Amino acid sequence: MIEEFLEHYNYWTSVLIIFIGLYTIFAKNNLLKKLLGLSLVQTGIFLFFISLGDIGSLQTLGIGEATPPIIWEEAEKRGYLYVNPLPHVLILTGIVVAAATTCVALALLIRIYKEYKTLEEDEIIEMEVERGE
Amino acid sequence: MKEYYKYKRDIIVDTTSRKMLPIVLAFGLYTMIGSKGAGGGFQGGCIVAAAYILHALVFGFIEGRRKMPESWNTFFMSFGLYLYCGCGLLSIFASLLVAEFLNYSAFWPITQLVGPHEARAVQIEFIIEVGIGVTVFASFVSMFYDLAWKDEEED
Amino acid sequence: MNDIAVHQFPVLIVTTGVFSALTILVVGLFNRKLCYYIVLFTTTFHFVLSILTLNHVLTKGRIQYWLGGWRPPWGIEYVVDELNAYVLVVILFLSFLGIVYSKRSVEKEIDERKHPTFYTLMQLLIAGCCGVVVTGDVFNLFVLAEVASLSTYALVAVAGGRALRASYNYLILGSLGICFYLLGIGFLYAVTGTLNMIDMKILLQNLYYNKMVQVAFVLVLVGLGIKAAVFPLHTWQPDAYTYAPSAVTLIMSTVVAKAFIYALIRLVFSVFTIDFLKIYVDAWSLIPVISAVAIVVASILAYRQNDIKRMLAYSSVVNIAYITLGISYFTSHWSLSGALVNILNHAIAKGCAFAAVGAIIYKTGIKDIRNYAGLAKKMPYTSAALLIAMLSLIGLPPSVGFVTKFYLAIGSLEVQNYLMLAIILLGTLLTLAYFLKVIEELYFKHSENNAEEAPLSMLAPTMFLAILCLAFGVYWLTGIPLDFVEKLVTVIR
Repeated sequence: MIEEFLEHYNYWTSVLIIFIGLYTIFAKNNLLKKLLGLSLVQTGIFLFFISLGDIGSLQTLGIGEATPPIIWEEAEKRGYLYVNPLPHVLILTGIVVAAATTCVALALLIRIYKEYKTLEEDEIIEMEVERGE
Repeated sequence: MKEYYKYKRDIIVDTTSRKMLPIVLAFGLYTMIGSKGAGGGFQGGCIVAAAYILHALVFGFIEGRRKMPESWNTFFMSFGLYLYCGCGLLSIFASLLVAEFLNYSAFWPITQLVGPHEARAVQIEFIIEVGIGVTVFASFVSMFYDLAWKDEEED
Repeated sequence: MNDIAVHQFPVLIVTTGVFSALTILVVGLFNRKLCYYIVLFTTTFHFVLSILTLNHVLTKGRIQYWLGGWRPPWGIEYVVDELNAYVLVVILFLSFLGIVYSKRSVEKEIDERKHPTFYTLMQLLIAGCCGVVVTGDVFNLFVLAEVASLSTYALVAVAGGRALRASYNYLILGSLGICFYLLGIGFLYAVTGTLNMIDMKILLQNLYYNKMVQVAFVLVLVGLGIKAAVFPLHTWQPDAYTYAPSAVTLIMSTVVAKAFIYALIRLVFSVFTIDFLKIYVDAWSLIPVISAVAIVVASILAYRQNDIKRMLAYSSVVNIAYITLGISYFTSHWSLSGALVNILNHAIAKGCAFAAVGAIIYKTGIKDIRNYAGLAKKMPYTSAALLIAMLSLIGLPPSVGFVTKFYLAIGSLEVQNYLMLAIILLGTLLTLAYFLKVIEELYFKHSENNAEEAPLSMLAPTMFLAILCLAFGVYWLTGIPLDFVEKLVTVIR
């Protein structure tokens, strides 16, 4: 039981990160902290994808460690597998998307701060009610 | 010292970044087109953008904008896209709507010259990667200015 | 038209869309007036291409396009079948009308310096939505969905003020939805090792009892449900629709919502298939319940609104619920037809309503329906269009809204579910209740104000959509397009 747990520690870590991120999004009042939570969720998903590619973590199959996906004669001779590079490529795209999302969110936050001089959501809502919107 | 430097400059930071900038730029270029085959455009563009941002941080935003005005930034963003998207579209139009988008070996002038597989490699390595790099560089610089500039300039 | 050339059209629509978007940015440095015409030209061109694509698909079968010439399990594949091509035509038609409409409205509502950026984002949004529709690769769908969404977030925020928080909420929830979708694909990739939709459908056939596949199904459903504003996940939508500029609201309610509800239908029916839904009943049997609750609750919420845009936004939630209600009874042919036909019907009717409301806001600045009194005399054509759109959303024959409800009602009789019939009737009554408030103010109260008729470039698309509300209603009811609907339903069955 505990061995199974330890063997897949990277998956458990990604689950932990995703849930911390979700908690931050739902529980925090500060808009910037919500963005941090979103980034955490994205990072957790990226970790999950990267773990998928790592065939070397499947020690139970008796495969052993996997090498990076580079042509290396020694590895071919010894019959090593190489990690699946496709998830890495997907995540490279994912990181670009995440960076763009974060940038748009930060630009929005700057404008919100200029407008209301605060980033606390309840204070902003109060100010909106005062303005009668 | 010119009057648009608001803050006192540190000689260590100044000299170090002066020495580092060419190396960082060269490394960015190496990442973009140094290796054979696909990959590296995004990373190379990021590194070049990092060099530019380092320059802007050390020597001031205004100095940075003077080196590359905003209109140039916009132009670079589109220019990179023209390189990599245009190269893909060129393979459609050069083959009179027969070959697929991104099927680089269909662009006959290069294919005639070096053969179909090399034509793919050459186009990916020297046109696509540079295009991606230029776009990424321009986008990151504009992101940096959008997020950093706002206090002084009203949007 | 050459057959091979038609194969290029889906990819040309997406790539030249992005190409022209960035061209606008450069042209905007020299000439801001020209930007609008570039978008108009591109969208018109794409609309023509999409009609040719639909024609090809209907006569010669579906298009499978391999990007870069790489074969499907490895490369990205664009698949266009009847359903794709139909949604593509709907999206491009409405974005064409939306762009025609946007000129005057944008000139008034948005600072002139921002025009190039605005039209760039608009073009990226349309290109992204077209990409979501034509792609046959789940990861490519994620990327193009983000292209569309990020443009939408920025477009909602253009107005400033209260729109900023609406946009921020939309950003956080929308990105979270896309994250769930990405996690779902990760699970599917872990069990199948492929990202191609057709390949994945084949490989999943033996894995329906796998827990990972079932979790992936729920993640994809929730993720795309947030983007498409399916009922309990719609909370970002009324704010975003209300505070966005009129042209953006028009495009969002017709193009973005339709693209994502299409993505939901495609993923559920073409990747997981109906066989999976029959096995994994636990999750799917919730959908009719949620849809029924949505129709009632969102209608009541709409009744309580005084802001016309917000009322129409809740009405959108109701209409998305009709689509999910339709697809939830997948055993019935008519119920599925109702859902698929509603993609077009709702786009036309809601597009017309938002266009008319935008024209009223353009001329008078009135958003509150309590101030609508006497407008029917001053702006007769706009008011007539709004009236037709609302009657169509209520479901009065022979409008398009009636056709949707008629098909769904036949579907409910087909599966012998009389509760569904009752919900549809109740929904119609509630819709009547909240739109009657508007009609009463508009036509039966008199007051003096200085409004005048909207400019022609705004009036023409509005009137055209209003005429289409009736024309398509009659056209569906004549039974001529039943063959076409049959083809649509066979795609997802």
